[in-house]
Amino acid sequence: MTIMIDTGNRIAAKAAVMAKPEVVAAYPITPQTTLVEAIAEYVARGEYKGEYICVESEHSAMSACIGASAAGSRTFTATSSQGLLLMHEMLHWAALARLPVVMCNVNRVVGPGWNIWVDENDSISQRDTGWIQFYCSSNQEIFDTVIHAFKLAEHEKVVLPVMVNLNAFILSHTSMPAEIPDQNVVDNYLEKYIPKWKLDIDNPTTFGNIIGPAHYYRVRRAMQDAQLNAKKLIPQIAKEWMKLSGYFHGDLLEYYKCDGAEYILLSMGAIGAESKIAIDELQKAGQKIGLARVRVIRPFPVEDIIKLGKQADLVVIDRNISVGLEGALFTEVKAALYGQSDAKATGFIAGLGGKDVTYKDIETMCMKSMKGKVKEQELYGMEE
Amino acid sequence: MKKYIVETSLSYPKKGAMGKTGSWRVFKPVLDTKKCVKCLRCWISCPEASIHREKDNSVSIDYDFCKGCGICANECNVKAIVMEREKTKGK
Repeated sequence: MTIMIDTGNRIAAKAAVMAKPEVVAAYPITPQTTLVEAIAEYVARGEYKGEYICVESEHSAMSACIGASAAGSRTFTATSSQGLLLMHEMLHWAALARLPVVMCNVNRVVGPGWNIWVDENDSISQRDTGWIQFYCSSNQEIFDTVIHAFKLAEHEKVVLPVMVNLNAFILSHTSMPAEIPDQNVVDNYLEKYIPKWKLDIDNPTTFGNIIGPAHYYRVRRAMQDAQLNAKKLIPQIAKEWMKLSGYFHGDLLEYYKCDGAEYILLSMGAIGAESKIAIDELQKAGQKIGLARVRVIRPFPVEDIIKLGKQADLVVIDRNISVGLEGALFTEVKAALYGQSDAKATGFIAGLGGKDVTYKDIETMCMKSMKGKVKEQELYGMEE
Repeated sequence: MKKYIVETSLSYPKKGAMGKTGSWRVFKPVLDTKKCVKCLRCWISCPEASIHREKDNSVSIDYDFCKGCGICANECNVKAIVMEREKTKGK
């Protein structure tokens, strides 16, 4: 075990290289650039022995990963924002083809206007593609989640691609210490990848052929079953890793000081980390509020949300907006509660365009919700 | 043949994996063996491998799978293949 003090991007690269993917295909984009540069450095030093393909666009990056994965290779890539959106068609393709590609996405604002700061609209807009989506809140969690992602993606009950999201700059470019286990710990945890199907000249198949409605239905149902299986496996995989590494960041949700809470704050990503300080302060001031940080949005932790709804009223903070409705997490939390709990859910959209969300801001939002001053969901922190 | 466990759009090689696609046909290629010079242009050109080639290079058309695209008739230099409208749909 060693301690690595480095940025989220470089720690993600370290995890990716330690998972020993046979192929990495990537295209640089701010703020992901230093992640793929770090992998290139491992290639230059001879520490990464896989195939590193520099492609000409993100659409090609995902296409190359699909080809490599279809040929039976463990595969990794990373992107951000506009790059993720350029991949959109191929994201569906990877998921429908049941290829366990692992990708880091550095959450960044979607343009125009051009802005490189954090915003989760990029990955939130991809949540119907069939990819499993994690959201990290520290560099240690990034390292561990990238390793989990390979284990989960390749599990025979899942066989789906996994996206590990980290917030731009707050995580991607901020140095924090992370414990890096020895290579043999990772090797033992991640078994050798045995593809569940592959393009193989000795065992010929046609892939992506015409299929009728009846068969297409079955393909979609199988994906849904796989996502629901992932929901059961994520806690198990996280616990197995805890036994090896000592680190645990929560199951689908990370609960923080929820005992006896009458209100529960739900947030994601870096705001999720900042929320812990806000909860400490609020509890010191006598408020009965805890935190459930959402780590996984697909599969959506419906049962856990219902359980929270039976205990407390919910306050939701979204760093995204589904224009024409509201924040995506807010919508999905209410959908989970429907008919199952009469808990009140109120929320805020905060930190769009990379606007800083401090623990003081989170305290202000929570207090406003707890005082019953929020009807549905409000935009927080707008400057006129 | 090894079968895979994951349910996706994989198909294993088999004659007529998509069913008898000859039922899609609107026009039918009809071969006049007396005019045929065994040049095999139709056999090379058929995108559905529905022209069968015998040992003496004579050819025949597999109507179970021929979709009636007409490429063979177009390619035939001696007009030994002509396209005729199918009388009853699906036959």
